[in-house]
Amino acid sequence: MKLSEKDVVLQVDAVTLRRLRLWVGKGWIAPVTGEGGPLFDAADVARVRLLCELRDELKIAEDAVPVVLSLMDQVFSLRREMKALARAVDEQPHEVRIRIREAHLSLTKG
Amino acid sequence: MSKDPYELLGVARDAAQGDITKAYRKLAKELHPDLNPGDAAAEERFKEVSAAYHLLNDPEQRARYDRGEIDASGADRPQQEFYRRYADTGEGTRYHSTSSFEDFADASDLFSELFGQQEARRGTVKMRGRDQHYHLEIDFLEAAEGAKRRVAFPQGKSLDLNIPAGTRDGATLRLKAKGGAGLNGGSAGDALVEISVRPHRLFRRDGDDILLELPVAIDEAVLGARVEVPTVSGRVAMKIQKGANTGDVLRLKGKGINAEGRTPGDQLVTLKVMLPEAPDAELETFLKTWRDRHGYDPRSQLRDMP
Repeated sequence: MKLSEKDVVLQVDAVTLRRLRLWVGKGWIAPVTGEGGPLFDAADVARVRLLCELRDELKIAEDAVPVVLSLMDQVFSLRREMKALARAVDEQPHEVRIRIREAHLSLTKG
Repeated sequence: MSKDPYELLGVARDAAQGDITKAYRKLAKELHPDLNPGDAAAEERFKEVSAAYHLLNDPEQRARYDRGEIDASGADRPQQEFYRRYADTGEGTRYHSTSSFEDFADASDLFSELFGQQEARRGTVKMRGRDQHYHLEIDFLEAAEGAKRRVAFPQGKSLDLNIPAGTRDGATLRLKAKGGAGLNGGSAGDALVEISVRPHRLFRRDGDDILLELPVAIDEAVLGARVEVPTVSGRVAMKIQKGANTGDVLRLKGKGINAEGRTPGDQLVTLKVMLPEAPDAELETFLKTWRDRHGYDPRSQLRDMP
């Protein structure tokens, strides 16, 4: 289910149309483009909520927001790749898993 | 939440409003679940601290709590949806960047294979352009039969789309090199167009089969008939056998969706016997005499149900 700018403003109390457009313009929120304008999915809306919290409740300065977002996005990307790798390791035969674990242990000890 | 909100925030009972806010901000920055993904303890504490703050931040609520009129559990807030939920499950992947793994390629052959599509080279760094994401709603028949469309999106971008026959709701069309421009001679990104298919008034879809409910007259059902049936590719003639009934399914072979590289689907026509719209005196008279000699019980199977 995709939401228009207006729907997002109605759904998230703390965001105004002006603010939403500002954030989209800066690339902090990346909606898809529809024929009638930008369209937002549930992940975009959750991110809008998060940005409102960062700005209004945690008083993160506007200049600092891209730093926070960039680090956050990197952490999420790393978590995703880590999970995928962990699953890939899990799918290996028992002996291979043990060898990977030993190699990993010896690398992290040093 | 039943713990003391002052204790949770680490402030005195007579703390000024401003100090409460300050204390909350400090804790929230440490504990916010989107900044501590995977840390369940931080999330639990964030919820408590956040509830405590929202109780004490409202002077009226705070006074009532101080007088012992309400307890802290009244401040429980509705379950909040954190961004993390999406970022971790893959719905937020377009915000992800693998650029921070680029140096992994040097450390590991495996990583260079996994993340090797970057065009980064020593010296001049070629950068591939960004993928741009679009969304388009199309008609059921455009999706079923395929269509060529030029679509103008806001901000002056227009795309020539070749919608293949049999496009499914939620499918994504990739237009190579129609996204953002690359840097330093890097290739352009792609345009990704997610397709939503509007439902049709008559047809429904099951994979590449088309489902249609076809009303037939009582005489057509009893005596058999040739009728015209709409399909996604136009009207076709179909024979209804004598004694056809509601719920009978007739298959029009190959009249479903004809997608490239797949076996053509069929159209499945479900019959629905319809009485005349207005009551008919002649039919009533006939059925009164018919019933006496030919009555039947279509509910015999339901008899032994409780």
